[in-house]
Amino acid sequence: MKILVAVKRVIDYNVQIRVKEDGSGVHTDNVKMSTNPPDDNAVEETVKLKESGKVKEIVAISIGEDKAQESIRKALAVGADKGIHVKADSYIEPLGIAKILKKIVEKEKPDMVFLGKQAIDDDCNQTGQMLGSMLNWPQATFSSKLNIKEKSLEVVREIDEGLETLEINLPAIVTCDLRLNEPRFASLPNIMKAKKKPMELLNAKDMGVDLKNRIEQLKVEEPPKRKAGIKVTSVAELVSKLKNEAKVI
Amino acid sequence: MSVLLIAEHDNSKLKPFTFNAITAASKIDSDVHVLVAGTSCENVSKEAANIPIVKKVLVCDSPNYQNYLPENLSPLVIKVSEKYDHIVASANTFGKNFMPRVAAALDVSQVSDIIKVNGPDTFVRPIYAGNAFATVKSNDKKRCITIRPTSFDAAEKSGGSAPIEKVEAVDIPNTSKFIKREETKSERPELGTARIVVSGGRGLESGENFKLINDIADKLNAAVGASRAAVDAGYISNDHQVGQTGKVVVPDLYIAVGISGAIQHLAGMKESKIIVAINKDGEAPIFSVADYGLEADLFTALPELLSELNKLNTIQK
Repeated sequence: MKILVAVKRVIDYNVQIRVKEDGSGVHTDNVKMSTNPPDDNAVEETVKLKESGKVKEIVAISIGEDKAQESIRKALAVGADKGIHVKADSYIEPLGIAKILKKIVEKEKPDMVFLGKQAIDDDCNQTGQMLGSMLNWPQATFSSKLNIKEKSLEVVREIDEGLETLEINLPAIVTCDLRLNEPRFASLPNIMKAKKKPMELLNAKDMGVDLKNRIEQLKVEEPPKRKAGIKVTSVAELVSKLKNEAKVI
Repeated sequence: MSVLLIAEHDNSKLKPFTFNAITAASKIDSDVHVLVAGTSCENVSKEAANIPIVKKVLVCDSPNYQNYLPENLSPLVIKVSEKYDHIVASANTFGKNFMPRVAAALDVSQVSDIIKVNGPDTFVRPIYAGNAFATVKSNDKKRCITIRPTSFDAAEKSGGSAPIEKVEAVDIPNTSKFIKREETKSERPELGTARIVVSGGRGLESGENFKLINDIADKLNAAVGASRAAVDAGYISNDHQVGQTGKVVVPDLYIAVGISGAIQHLAGMKESKIIVAINKDGEAPIFSVADYGLEADLFTALPELLSELNKLNTIQK
């Protein structure tokens, strides 16, 4: 079996983002970037499947500016076999990303596509489902446990009410939740070896798909700030404040 | 110009967030139609027809839709959506699962998780875990939108009498099969809609110690929440997780116990009306959003809190 795994380079999850004064977006200059956290889980799962002998080849893809290659190299360093970088210098909406991924799927013919369930920058939670729709493939979103069978996949999904188990036919889309696994760190020798692994370079505008964004971002602003609170010195004072000042209990 | 809302339900009644999503839908356009797709879901369609702001209910009763598999539900929504300009659903694991499939099939760029309707094409949505709000304008002819339910009030439940119209089922691809659903049963209020939420973090140190949280929650008739760290550590099940990728809650009172306040946790609770933080680390970021902070060891503070609450003559329900 062959898996395509998609990774996105985003502002690191530990960075406190800053909104630009002119309302055009958030500051990204000199800000630490890294792979979108659930995408790391997606990569890890594909590597585990390869180690178990169920999967032969892992292709890691990222769409974005040149530095997106860092996220691909990271995937190669933990076990992916080949990288594909689709260069795109400006933001592409999930709809456009899914169209590019569809083109790649048609060429690479994987049995499964793994993605993180959501990117922590635009928080859209769309790409995997959109790709599934375009390919007419079934999907397992928010996956926290996987069991690959011969022609299908048994998946446990995290839903609002608890857990749901599905069996979906292959080929399929899997979007990964944070509890699917514990992503490993790449060792230095493997980071060095990853530099020699093949990386195919493509350009988004040569993919033959309509990438025009449909959503205009009119303004980005800071959310309303909370008023500074107070520290109480005892539990009794806390209860009294909640009862008599905030009047919530 | 009508808006089609896809109802979330369990085949016997509407899920609470559907009422919030209906309010949001009515702010986009007053002609709100609700699609109820399910199996033996007649009661659900009646319940939807009772909602005063609903103008029409479409019901598709078929075994195809018993478990809301997105591969099966999406073709139906796509067919029904022909007559509508807006297709909306809650931005929870129900709406997030199928709506992008509908949007992609219609070649529409979905607007996810809106918290405000500025007009039929302009919406506000949080990005970067709620650390920024983006005002966006959708230039698609048809619009697929998911709604953050906690940002809108629940619609009035009774007094309406919208007509109910039957819709034919659509062929399904037969590519996915539902096996089981393990729902966490609880006597407590639902986390997403509870008036008070008491949440525990890694500071609790074990699943057994969540009893301290549960006791306070029971006293206050509150729901129990948790940080991602506590869920990852196996102290409590995933459906309790509050945060960027868990549930977003906006209760009147949120009590965070032993939670440091990572960015992704704050994303799920910082719109709460009153926030209380109990943490032994006075530098914990949770204190920066707390209205009342108590720097204390939770293992002494929680039993004390319970006994103080027991002393009160009345507690709001």
